[in-house]
Amino acid sequence: MEKDYIILGIETSCDETAAAIVKNGKEILANVVSSQIKKHAQFGGVVPEIASRQHTEQITYVLEEAFRQANCTWDDIDAIAVTEGPGLIGALLVGISAAKALAFAKKKPLINVHHIAGHIYANRLIEEFEFPLLALIVSGGHTELIIMRDHGEYERIGETLDDAAGEAFDKVARTLELPYPGGPHIDRLSEKAEASIDFPRAWLDEESFDFSFSGLKSAVINYVHNEKQRGNEIDKAQVAASFQASVVDVLTEKTYRAAKRYDVKQVIVAGGVAANNGLRKRITEKFKNTDIPVYFPPLELCTDNAAMIAAAGSILYEKGRFAAWDLNGKAALPLT
Amino acid sequence: MTKKITFISEEEAHTEAIASSLADIVQAGDVITLTGELGVGKTHFTKGLAKGLGITERVTSPTFTIVKEYEGRFPLYHLDVYRLEHSDEDIGFDEYFYGDGVAVIEWAQFIEAFLPEEYLSITIERTGDTAREITVEAVGKKYEPYIEKLEEALGRFGK
Repeated sequence: MEKDYIILGIETSCDETAAAIVKNGKEILANVVSSQIKKHAQFGGVVPEIASRQHTEQITYVLEEAFRQANCTWDDIDAIAVTEGPGLIGALLVGISAAKALAFAKKKPLINVHHIAGHIYANRLIEEFEFPLLALIVSGGHTELIIMRDHGEYERIGETLDDAAGEAFDKVARTLELPYPGGPHIDRLSEKAEASIDFPRAWLDEESFDFSFSGLKSAVINYVHNEKQRGNEIDKAQVAASFQASVVDVLTEKTYRAAKRYDVKQVIVAGGVAANNGLRKRITEKFKNTDIPVYFPPLELCTDNAAMIAAAGSILYEKGRFAAWDLNGKAALPLT
Repeated sequence: MTKKITFISEEEAHTEAIASSLADIVQAGDVITLTGELGVGKTHFTKGLAKGLGITERVTSPTFTIVKEYEGRFPLYHLDVYRLEHSDEDIGFDEYFYGDGVAVIEWAQFIEAFLPEEYLSITIERTGDTAREITVEAVGKKYEPYIEKLEEALGRFGK
């Protein structure tokens, strides 16, 4: 596109209420996430909540803050992009209702965005895409490998058969009596010990790019249970390091195999678990001697945010693919 | 009338078989709670139930999205309210508890205030690395006949 354009993004699919303003699909003018605002104590440090009540309370503040940070007015906005799904239906509807109302009132086109497409496009805010590219999406709700051959075209080649990787982190953390969310705690503890306990790695069959973390979760729980029964002290760092090594091994190996098989030009790691230091190190190391660059978005773009929704929406804006007024939230939504 | 029955499951496959038999008994509008510690096999039980309901789609953990819906002989609403432990919010439970399908709720103790008066309570207890005791209890008269039907169908797993 020759002319500059500016997209307002809205994301409320899960815990975060978020709004962002992005120019030409690549330049962040504002990126506001409710939990960050809370850190600055404007909301009195309320515990983040999952459901719609919290989103309803925060959506207008988050939007106002985005306009303030970007120093924009409604005249500058060319379209509104919003997360359509997947997610918690009550939460999705808050963002969609806001986006629809604003699009109607301000006479702006409305764009529906898939949450996972957003996670992938978070990387385009940092680095231009080169196709074909491989994306590993790892978060509390998702573990997927996706091939992209062009903008807006997705082929899922693998997914979790049971628990998402981030969920396994949270549940193992709970077993080790670490605070929620458990991922960062396990990552930190892992640096203090060797991965000396031999937990299982679910490779499934040789050709498969699918994942399974339920068996690993059970193995860790059984280990902790049995050690307690024997009256042994649990070395939390050792359990954390061994568990994380198992998850990281499988994620790294499968990503590497997929990158080779599909002869990709780029690997992108996205989603909340992409913030994990152990995973970053292992994947970087594994691809060091290849000519395939690996990109991890910065932390604030790994976790749920609206800049990624605006970025993914930008591609649809350029293609002229807009949503109808009957747009509705979808709890389950395939990425096509 | 018997209100409660306990089955022995030696491995995951038994748990799925027990759950699959329950699928022949349940009806649209039923509510089932699944209680048991982390990793005890609550989602495995739901996988078995889904299979019994003729659901071919893969059942994965609903922990993050809280609710997942599947289409079978009738809909299966798979809820996991683990993340609602410190919340008192109604996320629209009635749509699932009084809907056209069967609602299965993991960690139902976190939303006790929202549960209907009658439901089928299933407790899974760990007795070994893979062995489990599965207790099915009728809470309310509606579910009492289910216990007898289960006893008939699953005598081989009886305690």
